[in-house]
Amino acid sequence: MNWSNIFTIYRKELTDQLRDRRTLISVIVIPTFVMPLIVFGMGKVMSGVMKRAEAEVPSVAIIGGADSPGVVAELKKSPKFKIVATPEDWKERIGDKKLRLAIGLPEKFEAGLAAGAAPAVKIFHFQNDLNSGIAARAAEDFFKDLRDRTVTARLVERGLPKEIVRPFEFARENVAPPEKVGGSVFGGFVPYLVIILCFTGAMYPAMDLTAGEKERGTMETLLCAPTARVDIVMGKFLMVLTGSLSAMGLALLSMGITAMAGGAIMMGGSGATTQLGAAAKTSAASMGTIDPVGLLGVLAMTLPVAVLFSALQFTVALFAKSYKEAQSYIGPMVIVVLMPAMVGMLPGIDLNAKLALVPLLNLSLVCKEMLSGVWHWNYIAIIFGSSCLYAAVALALAVRMFKREDVIFRA
Amino acid sequence: MIEARNLTKTFRDKKRGEIRATDDVSFLVAPGQIYGLLGANGAGKTTTLRMLATLLTPTSGSAALAGFDVAREPEKVRANVGFLAASTALYGRLTAREMITYFGRLNGMADPAIKARIKQLSAELDMDEFLDRRCDKFSTGMKQKTSIARTLVHDPAVMIFDEPTLGLDVMTARAIVKFVRDCKGRGKTVIYSTHVMSEVEKLCDTVGIIHGGKLLAEGTLPELRTRYAEQDMEEIFVKAAGVEEAA
Ligand SMILES: Nc1ncnc2c1ncn2[C@@H]1O[C@H](COP(=O)(O)OP(=O)(O)O)[C@@H](O)[C@H]1O
Ligand SMILES: [Mg+2]
Repeated sequence: MNWSNIFTIYRKELTDQLRDRRTLISVIVIPTFVMPLIVFGMGKVMSGVMKRAEAEVPSVAIIGGADSPGVVAELKKSPKFKIVATPEDWKERIGDKKLRLAIGLPEKFEAGLAAGAAPAVKIFHFQNDLNSGIAARAAEDFFKDLRDRTVTARLVERGLPKEIVRPFEFARENVAPPEKVGGSVFGGFVPYLVIILCFTGAMYPAMDLTAGEKERGTMETLLCAPTARVDIVMGKFLMVLTGSLSAMGLALLSMGITAMAGGAIMMGGSGATTQLGAAAKTSAASMGTIDPVGLLGVLAMTLPVAVLFSALQFTVALFAKSYKEAQSYIGPMVIVVLMPAMVGMLPGIDLNAKLALVPLLNLSLVCKEMLSGVWHWNYIAIIFGSSCLYAAVALALAVRMFKREDVIFRA
Repeated sequence: MIEARNLTKTFRDKKRGEIRATDDVSFLVAPGQIYGLLGANGAGKTTTLRMLATLLTPTSGSAALAGFDVAREPEKVRANVGFLAASTALYGRLTAREMITYFGRLNGMADPAIKARIKQLSAELDMDEFLDRRCDKFSTGMKQKTSIARTLVHDPAVMIFDEPTLGLDVMTARAIVKFVRDCKGRGKTVIYSTHVMSEVEKLCDTVGIIHGGKLLAEGTLPELRTRYAEQDMEEIFVKAAGVEEAA
């Protein structure tokens, strides 16, 4: 290998790629803006949806209740519900989201209550619908409150203290540090994003430097130079790797900044009263931050995988005669890469000796651990070592492919 | 100097089976000479020239250019060869200067030497006006000049031209023909492939008629004229190749 030739080729490819819009978008623009967009954009949309849902006064129908005027009057008085006339087809209306909820008051509900035991109230809702769910919770709260008041009234009637039915209180409190909470929030998501960007960052340079050159006829020109084929492969491969690593590096950087900025906005935004400020602080802490050491770990573990991706895509795209053909090979590869990364994102799947040998899934899982501050060095060593091995094999394959004239001059 | 000895190249094709693209081809080209490889489409010209330029490995036979064997020292061969084909394109996103500089560096030249060489080539080929513009914006004439400068940057002893006038307008094609003649004038060894009879008549010292991968006839123009008792190159070609027009 002649490093001066490799450098000459690398430098030329870098100049060339920096002038290619497709590469610039996939390597620089998307990785830089995807995370802030997801966090701020999606976050804003989601909180907007939640706010609107919470602000809505749900329309509720009451079924029955003719013999329970007191409860009906109280429901009508509550600002939490808009009681509407009960339509015939109330079930369909809930399904069509025209009605949020129906409350079924059984016959002689109030009479039963006065006598000591009343039949059960039914709440009809739309499973997993946000608005219907909020209305159902409000209805549950309403009836819990009614039940509590009934209990209190009966205790008072019999001269007994209230504490008899509530002998103690309890509350829960988070003690995990923010970076560990962040680890479990971002832990699955960050490796997923890193793997995808690592792959897509290499994609356009890989296709442009191989199939693209064949299609445009510059490959033959390049092969006329007295440069060894190994040097050409290495120079080009380094450019593809640069694309992959830039995409990943920019994504991690922008993620770090986004996490910090997100926390700062939440802490600084509502500093009007100390109480609110403190509340904001706890909410920022419960959202979590990203541990920078964990991010460095992710970076290190992803390095050999970036080499693997770059070499593989280079080899596959080299086989294609045209850019289009290369796209049709690389496209399906994205899905293959996506699947293990996605499985790693699922909660409840943790690293073990078997999973440590599954490529990509192992990376995704070990990154999740590192981001929540867990370092299983034996697994880390296995995963890093095997990734390096795969990467070396892929690179050797790329060199072999490039030396095959039936690949370079495919008729 | 170019020596081709029994060059043969077979391709395996899924549909057509085994193809002998070049079949036992031998010839010699001396410095200061232009050898014309005349043949129709699919005759095996490109395959033969690609083997000389070490882009393809011969199935059997051997070749030496400027004293270096294509199989044993392919990099030394390429360092002494300028290869210009209709299929060797320019990098569209580079400027002409960057393109020439790139190939100068790949040929192991130092930057000051490349700079001086570009200045000289640019003056000879009249490229000053577009030297720092991107190649994808060039006219065919500008592209050809840049390609010529690319093949000449390392001042090779051997020039290989594979149908360099293919698809060019008359004026650009004429400029290329003139340039090939200049190469001969500078004592370079030149091999030139074409299917255009008039180019052969204008340019070549020796003509090789190739058909179906085989070199069927070879000689200087006067030699071929007497051998086939024809004046017109086209008639000579038809007789030598043994292909008659469908009557
Ligand atoms: N890479 C290849 N694979 C299979 N067949 C090829 C390949 N390159 C050329 N051929 C075949 O070899 C023969 C000679 O082609 P070529 O050398 O390009 O001829 P020419 O340049 O004279 O037109 C043709 O039949 C062509 O189809
Ligand atoms: Mg040809």
